[in-house]
Amino acid sequence: MAQQVPIVSYLRLDPAPHLSASECTSCGARYFDRRNACASCFGSDFKHVELPTDGTLRTYTIVTAGGTGIIAPFVSAIVDCGGTSVRGNVVNIEPTSEALRLGMSLTLTTYSLGRDSAGTEAVGYAFEPAT
Amino acid sequence: MSDDDVWILGIHMTKFGKHLDKDLVDLASESVLGALADGGVSMADIEVIGAGNLLEAPNGIGQQLQHQIGQTGVPVYNVVNACATGATALRVAYLAIKAGEANVGLAFGVEKLSGVGMLGGGAPVEAGSEWQPQGRFGAVVGLEGQTGTGTMPGVFGQIGLDYDHRYGGATFELFARISEKNHAHSTLNPLAAHQKRMSLEQIMGDPMVAYPNTRPMCSANVDGASAAVVVRGEKLRTLSLEQRRRAVKISASVLTSDPWQDSCHVLPDVNTITRLAARMAYENAGVDPSDLDLVELHDCFATAELVHYDNLMLCPEGGAVDFFNSGATWRDGSTPVNVSGGLESKGHPIAATGIANIWEIATHLRGEAGPRQIEGAKVGMTHVFGLVSSCAVHILERASA
Repeated sequence: MAQQVPIVSYLRLDPAPHLSASECTSCGARYFDRRNACASCFGSDFKHVELPTDGTLRTYTIVTAGGTGIIAPFVSAIVDCGGTSVRGNVVNIEPTSEALRLGMSLTLTTYSLGRDSAGTEAVGYAFEPAT
Repeated sequence: MSDDDVWILGIHMTKFGKHLDKDLVDLASESVLGALADGGVSMADIEVIGAGNLLEAPNGIGQQLQHQIGQTGVPVYNVVNACATGATALRVAYLAIKAGEANVGLAFGVEKLSGVGMLGGGAPVEAGSEWQPQGRFGAVVGLEGQTGTGTMPGVFGQIGLDYDHRYGGATFELFARISEKNHAHSTLNPLAAHQKRMSLEQIMGDPMVAYPNTRPMCSANVDGASAAVVVRGEKLRTLSLEQRRRAVKISASVLTSDPWQDSCHVLPDVNTITRLAARMAYENAGVDPSDLDLVELHDCFATAELVHYDNLMLCPEGGAVDFFNSGATWRDGSTPVNVSGGLESKGHPIAATGIANIWEIATHLRGEAGPRQIEGAKVGMTHVFGLVSSCAVHILERASA
């Protein structure tokens, strides 16, 4: 099987796709980026925590004018995954305010961004309505 | 008047809009010369300069201005602080007076933004022949549109619906009616970039930028400048009766950055930072929200105006929808908000906005706002907010108040 690389380092592909946060070991604040220290308590020790793949729709917008190279419309959302907010697109749903409901159940999904010259596939993540 | 109070002696804003024939320094000069004349002083009286410009920050707009209208050797602080840039420049002059380094200071903000596209969205990623994780997220592609949005309209769309999720009632139509109010207000402001009343149907039917904000519900990218001359109370006492009568007291001047809140790196928390600034401002001024005769707040998007009713404590927590529905924020309501037309109509030349809002309030407090005068205005508030993240709140009072 060809190699895969996640779109961002907080997307973990093994053993099954899930999102991972850096959690401050002193105060529990969670982050998705590379950290220098904790913005909440100034601590500098972090551990990786796995987020649930199910969540609820906290808020969203439907971006109609996406700018250069951006495929619009798309639904950008903040999804509450077990108390941790995550930003991502909502897919496999009509991008309309009628179809989207605040509080609706969503689940993590992945999609291919294509392969590079070495045959490595980049994998993105999004959320879709839970079945 | 107490010796170390700080007062606005002169203030000016240019018309906001497209100024194809004027460069940054032309606009800055127009606003500064206007503010100097308004205050009855000249560049010779200015002991410190706070200069704001965002998009061409490395070029030192403060010195560029001096080179055109007066080089006197005084300290210039060129500042950049997102949409609070102009307010921050004002605070530089304010702080210099408070520190006893100056008796008279100048602050200005200027921006040329006509034709600039949507702001925000994050940095693009260099495309190579192989996927290469880059930056703090280890991203292999540009993330805009892949992991949600970081554009300003998108972020503020989400902020609006987050309020709806928490408290309910914040529908697309409600946000559009906020915009309807501001566009109605703008018809009385000859300095606004857009001065046409728009119907609710027009606003809701206009192209959607990022739900629930259509185009007229977004602040307009325009050119403009604003400037203020500030003076120490002790010095003001030595000036003419007319200067003293028209002076406007800065009863509170507060600048905050965003304190950590859970998930604030995922969706910027515009609420906590604004509430913090507002609370400090009310306390410093000894003023209650009910004392405010008018408010100019940062309606970069219609959705932002709603949440800031709450953040500035103009209404009970969670009560912004009812507050707007009561008619309170129309110019004939109990707390008129954005009688200038707001950023949605007046326009938002970023660095100019922070002092332009103060100009609007000061003009009402002086009783010089003409047809859009809020009668008997004694106390007013200005608020600006920029990502990510700075917030300034000023409370201003009439000289005789």
